[in-house]
Amino acid sequence: MSMDRGQREGDEVLLMGNEAIARGALEAGVQVAAGYPGTPSSEIIETLSRFAETGKLYVEWSTNEKVAMETAAAASFAGLRSLCVMKQNGVNVASDFLLHLAGSGTRAGMILITCDDPGALSSVNEGESRHFARLMEIPLLEPADFQEAKEMTRWAFTLSEEIRNIVMVRSVTRMSHASGNVILGALPPAVRKAEFLCDGAVSDPERGPVISAPVIEKHRLQQEKIRKAAAIFEKSPFNAYSGPERPELLIITSSACRLYSLEAVSLLDAEDRVGILKLGTTWPLPPALLKRVLSTTEKILIVEEVLPFLEEQVKILAAEQVREIGVKTFYGKNDGALPMAGELNPDLAMAAVGRILGIDPPVLSSAYRKKLRAFAGLAPRREQTFCPGCPHRASYWSIREALQRDGRGGFVCGDIGCYAMASLFPAAGFYTAKTLHAMGSGTGLASGFGKLGSFGMDQPIIAVCGDSTFYHAAIPALINAVHQNANIIFIALDNNGTAMTGFQSHPGIDINAMGDASPVVDIAALCGAIGAKVVVGDPFALQETRETLNRLMEGQQGVKVLILKQSCALSPEKKGTKRYLMQVDDALCRGDACGCNRLCTRIFRCPGLLWNREKKKAQIDEVICAGCGVCAGICPAEAIRCEEAAKS
Amino acid sequence: MTNLALRKDPYNIVITGVGGQGNVMASRVLATMLVRRGFRVTIGETFGMSQRGGSVMSHIRVSSAAVWSPQIPKGRADLLVALEPVEAIRVLADYGNPSVKSLVNMRPIYPVGVITGEADYPAPETIRKAVAALSETACFLDATAEAIRLGNPIWGNIIMIGAVARLGVLPVNRELFAAVIREGMPASRVEANLRAFAIGEAAVA
Repeated sequence: MSMDRGQREGDEVLLMGNEAIARGALEAGVQVAAGYPGTPSSEIIETLSRFAETGKLYVEWSTNEKVAMETAAAASFAGLRSLCVMKQNGVNVASDFLLHLAGSGTRAGMILITCDDPGALSSVNEGESRHFARLMEIPLLEPADFQEAKEMTRWAFTLSEEIRNIVMVRSVTRMSHASGNVILGALPPAVRKAEFLCDGAVSDPERGPVISAPVIEKHRLQQEKIRKAAAIFEKSPFNAYSGPERPELLIITSSACRLYSLEAVSLLDAEDRVGILKLGTTWPLPPALLKRVLSTTEKILIVEEVLPFLEEQVKILAAEQVREIGVKTFYGKNDGALPMAGELNPDLAMAAVGRILGIDPPVLSSAYRKKLRAFAGLAPRREQTFCPGCPHRASYWSIREALQRDGRGGFVCGDIGCYAMASLFPAAGFYTAKTLHAMGSGTGLASGFGKLGSFGMDQPIIAVCGDSTFYHAAIPALINAVHQNANIIFIALDNNGTAMTGFQSHPGIDINAMGDASPVVDIAALCGAIGAKVVVGDPFALQETRETLNRLMEGQQGVKVLILKQSCALSPEKKGTKRYLMQVDDALCRGDACGCNRLCTRIFRCPGLLWNREKKKAQIDEVICAGCGVCAGICPAEAIRCEEAAKS
Repeated sequence: MTNLALRKDPYNIVITGVGGQGNVMASRVLATMLVRRGFRVTIGETFGMSQRGGSVMSHIRVSSAAVWSPQIPKGRADLLVALEPVEAIRVLADYGNPSVKSLVNMRPIYPVGVITGEADYPAPETIRKAVAALSETACFLDATAEAIRLGNPIWGNIIMIGAVARLGVLPVNRELFAAVIREGMPASRVEANLRAFAIGEAAVA
């Protein structure tokens, strides 16, 4: 149901925000696109990769965000329009290169698209990428609806070429993963030829070497570019005021928060009292535009996510212009009118506007509220857990068994991927996973823990790491652990794809983002080459995995690598298929009389296993069960049977 | 296609269920039909972590004139389509109001806490009573059972969309569904989807 090449210029179609961004890049004639998967950004590269086979576009899933940015920059240097895509914390990874790139400048239009996740709907942080625009001194654009996501992305390439520097376009989950009407524009026919012109002097932006030195000179030049951008932003159609000539309250907003603001004003019926300045160019702010709009009123509410980024910039401009525009009262994050953590929505915006203007928001009738109270708490909480048939459940089960048998209080350093759920929802990882930070940090932390033996620490240290995460950021940490002779077990939970974000390719997969055959970088070979002892196993073989782990825990000092290979239950090759038909034998399941304390349902917690309250026995839910067969290995009464399913 | 009148502008639809039930697909199909009818449609949804056994929810805003926020304000759903029964109750608690119409697939997907015996799952009669009390009209279907009879439980989502069409609150019908599904899906899957849609239509009296 997504955008395809059958759609033509002028068609009005339903596009996801990320698809609209991709379309804008295509309409701008982007020729190279690189990114690293991360919710909510992944669909941009995925959409572009569907167009790659035309031969006009090169698309790659890079090993990490820094490499993605470098890949895109190379194209820009060689005269091709390019973009790189990442989620908010990906910018942290890419930021060292970004600092130097912003200093050196770019050639053909290059844009950085970041998709932030206010409310951490699919993240373990609420980091904000907008601050990087100011920190790195590059222009920042924020689209506020789907059509604009396309238009703004297309225009960002033009801006980049005008100022000869990278331009940042920032989306949020509620834009990227929301969908709306978009009218398509034309795709350009021309393809530019790639050539890196580098025979000129350092001072020559067209033919010289591309470097950020001489630093002070280049830094001054970069700041000139930012001033030029601010001048362009003064006339940008992406900034627009709507409302009365002299509003009682002025809302300044950007991105999805513009839609929340519009809805808040509409719900309060306050259109004749409130004006909305919607900003699409959010750094640097255009001072003359702001001066004009700020002059119209005394009360200003800034609605944005998450930190007071716009608020602070607006306040600086207002302070600088106070003689001309007068003293203002500001509402926003700093005064608590809006929460400074978590995402916003129309209700929060409405509450803030209502409080400032003294309007009571509309409420449901008391009779209905009484009914709501009567049924409150009826719906049981739906805790997230590993999917039925997930190899991670089996891996953590064996880790739990091995750690219990070992008895020294060992623990797991978690990492980013589906298997992070073991840290987020402790029961899902059988209470083994105890840390969770950035990509690859589980291995770095384990490397550190693994050197604490001389201070008396004798807990076994296990780092877990998915296949994609391994290539992204775990390798330097693992090399460190080997070189420092840290005492750790490194478990690669290799499920054959970037499962969490939708099976994007990575260096361990034999095809690339465009579906072409690609050389594979083998995890076992790489770990062996850096001097680690490597064992490869199948996580579905519970006993063997547990025994291997205990052997490694008892073994000699140093880094021991266990690669647990089993494809994700949702992977294209497994989804919808069952290897086994599972059944609980009522004659063998002794229920509560067993003494197992309902091990299968209460502890193993696979959604495919139910506790039948009438029979007081376990039961398979045939709709949910994925037929992996693992639970047959945990039942002490051997009551869970697997029968090889017929191949369909 | 002509832009037919809406009962309310924006008309707010919540489609809810559990990750893996085809919530996103259902919302895309319904929204695409409405875009074909000439409306401005916004779908707000979250996926990613919420796919992994968690509650999922799509907000669809339909308007003749404007783009609306991807989040429906609290207490403002006009139509609720629930692929799972307790998710209906969860959504009504936040978005219900005296004029909401509810369509509920009664096949439960038990939360892990229920499987383990730590939490209780309400009885079907309790769910029906709660949904009926909190809705202007409520319609209960056995979409998953019908879908299994058809060959795959996943078609439950399309059965629910067929039921929406029959409800008569939105200008969508079988012909429009067929046109959208033929363009968006491999030919091999079209027939089953059309049958699922028809089952949904028939399930609403």
